[in-house]
Amino acid sequence: MIEERFDAIVVGAGPSGNAAAYTMAKEGLKVLQLERGEYPGSKNVQGAILYADALEKIIPDFREDAPLERHVIEQRLWTMDNGSHVGMHYRSDDFNEERPNRYTIIRAQFDRWFSGKVREAGAVLLCETTVTELLRDTAGRVIGVRTDRGGGTAFADIVILGEGVNGLVGQRAGLRPELKPDTVALAVKEMHFLPRETIEARFNLKGNEGVVIEAMGTITDGMTGTGFLYTNQESISIGIGCIVSDFTESNRTPYGLLEAFKRHPSVQPLLEGSECKEYVAHLIPEGGYNAMPQLYGDGWIVVGDAGQFVNAVHREGSNLAMTTGRIAAETVVWLKRRREELSKGNLAEYQRRLEETFVMKDMKKYRKIPDFLHHNKHFFNLYPKLLSGAAQTWFRVDGVDKRTKEKQIFQSFRAGRKLTGLIGDAFKLARSWR
Amino acid sequence: MHIVVCLKQVPDSAQIRVHPVTNTIMRQGVPTIINPYDLFALEEALRLRDRLGGEVTVLTMGPPMAEDALRKALTFGADRAVLLTDRSFAGSDTLATSYALSMALAKIGEVFGPTPIVFTGKQTIDGDTAQVGPGIAKRLGLNQLTYVARICDLDPAAGTISVERRAEGGVQVLETRMPVLITMLEGTNEMRRGSLDDAYRAARSQIVKWSAADAGITELAKCGLKGSPTIVKKVFAPQARAEKVQQIPTSDLSTDALAASVMAAIFQKQPALEGDLLRFAAGQ
Repeated sequence: MIEERFDAIVVGAGPSGNAAAYTMAKEGLKVLQLERGEYPGSKNVQGAILYADALEKIIPDFREDAPLERHVIEQRLWTMDNGSHVGMHYRSDDFNEERPNRYTIIRAQFDRWFSGKVREAGAVLLCETTVTELLRDTAGRVIGVRTDRGGGTAFADIVILGEGVNGLVGQRAGLRPELKPDTVALAVKEMHFLPRETIEARFNLKGNEGVVIEAMGTITDGMTGTGFLYTNQESISIGIGCIVSDFTESNRTPYGLLEAFKRHPSVQPLLEGSECKEYVAHLIPEGGYNAMPQLYGDGWIVVGDAGQFVNAVHREGSNLAMTTGRIAAETVVWLKRRREELSKGNLAEYQRRLEETFVMKDMKKYRKIPDFLHHNKHFFNLYPKLLSGAAQTWFRVDGVDKRTKEKQIFQSFRAGRKLTGLIGDAFKLARSWR
Repeated sequence: MHIVVCLKQVPDSAQIRVHPVTNTIMRQGVPTIINPYDLFALEEALRLRDRLGGEVTVLTMGPPMAEDALRKALTFGADRAVLLTDRSFAGSDTLATSYALSMALAKIGEVFGPTPIVFTGKQTIDGDTAQVGPGIAKRLGLNQLTYVARICDLDPAAGTISVERRAEGGVQVLETRMPVLITMLEGTNEMRRGSLDDAYRAARSQIVKWSAADAGITELAKCGLKGSPTIVKKVFAPQARAEKVQQIPTSDLSTDALAASVMAAIFQKQPALEGDLLRFAAGQ
């Protein structure tokens, strides 16, 4: 048992845990942070895009020394069929601003840097230490944690759970249910090394400019999911992920999808000659607002992936993690300053504050989307094919007049999906999006 | 009893790559670990401390980042860590390293109390020389027990220690008087986990940092590149050998016939072997 008593124990050293530990330690709270990995970042997996805004609100001058790869100046959105893609690209020199908005990062390096800041701020971090259990008093209040280091315990006024998507501590303690296969995606990613100059030539970049590709379509073979390709300084991160229950039903393997994605004629030339150096897999909570668990209780708060804080539509997660970590910490600091108890009633302030931010507003806005996409698979299979077919008809010059081509395109859509279905899909999508 | 364990932070050789063009070792981004052999030494020292009482001090020489290795050693349960770090140590070979470490060990004895036992691993995985331990022993006039597999007995009152030493062709049981330097073999014990309190203490411990002057080193000519007669002329990656597979055709599938045709093929390549085996079988 650690004799000293802490103001707060933070479980996990990912973006949410680090944001919470940093914010509290900077305000003078005595913080103990426990991480099961060998070092912060050793077990943390993401695409990865860093959204500057969320981090700026915690460490305003992070750009001075954070390990950043490339700032994103171009976003490509692709819908793909088996041999082609229809894309929308947005590239702007505005993104070459002094304080760029988005960066590609490598999490093993970034999390280590972030953790260094947390320790500089005064928090004590113990790695290779897994929390096995929450400790409660007779009234059921959470008062500390038990660890796997000889069953050693530590006590604090509050435990902040930033333990990630499959947070077993909270599940075992009955704070939230087990993950359901239809609310969680399984994503796999590879890091492919290429010389800097090759990446810059291939993606039309200079300096530290970067490109992000998000793709959907037949690459997921009818399953709900997306693929991505991000440019780092000397590597490319490429990955694909689908809802777990879809994998179960389809019998497809994640690595099988990734192999096919890499061989796609639109992708293959981008990876040509590269060397795969790393292969990782990760779960992503994509159940959205409806899958969110209780976020606080007597002596505990949940932050980040453990609270299902992911905006699957916009591929945002780490920024929600950092923001929830920061706001949880600010709430704790605020309550402690007022000498108020860290009880369930008082910690409701955490959720109230979240409601005012983009976090809860976005979670609510897209609350119907996960269910909608799960039950409308033609968005991942049929429509991308129709779109590619239409583009081919339209752009191929073959002596057929344009009015006939318009008719052919229209008929291809009607053959694929009845008119009522088309109108219904548009209507349902609009309603879910609202 | 005050025990010192010398350990080294080394690149994780499992993750080292050789640059395909320049043939040099690519150290950038390679994670560092505590030299695995040193962990056996550390665990043995912790066991002695747990049994007999006293303290374990870990000592390393290296760049400031070697602090990570020491902090890890504290997490395992060491009581104190000393980092010997100075620009003048850069480029040290085993001669210069054993000089600097022996000076630091003498200083540790002065400051933190006499050290009847100094442990090292049998060798490092980056240098693989196994010279530094014996070098320290020679400079400090310690008895040395190398390639130790087990500590059999230790009598603090009499100041004696006996160990099993794995030697070529067998195991020696040796006894000597302390102070002694012991280099530990691999596989002799298993590093403990370290309690939560150890981990907490390690995270908050101040690591003692000594420059050359702090350690009482005045002869800088014996340190670093200047004090290192070893010259690395060339580093190269060995070429993969082209192993040949030979198929031995046979029609008779009985065990004896198969064995005979395999042996015939081997004797054809190594004619001297047949005679050796026959003499061995005859008990000569």
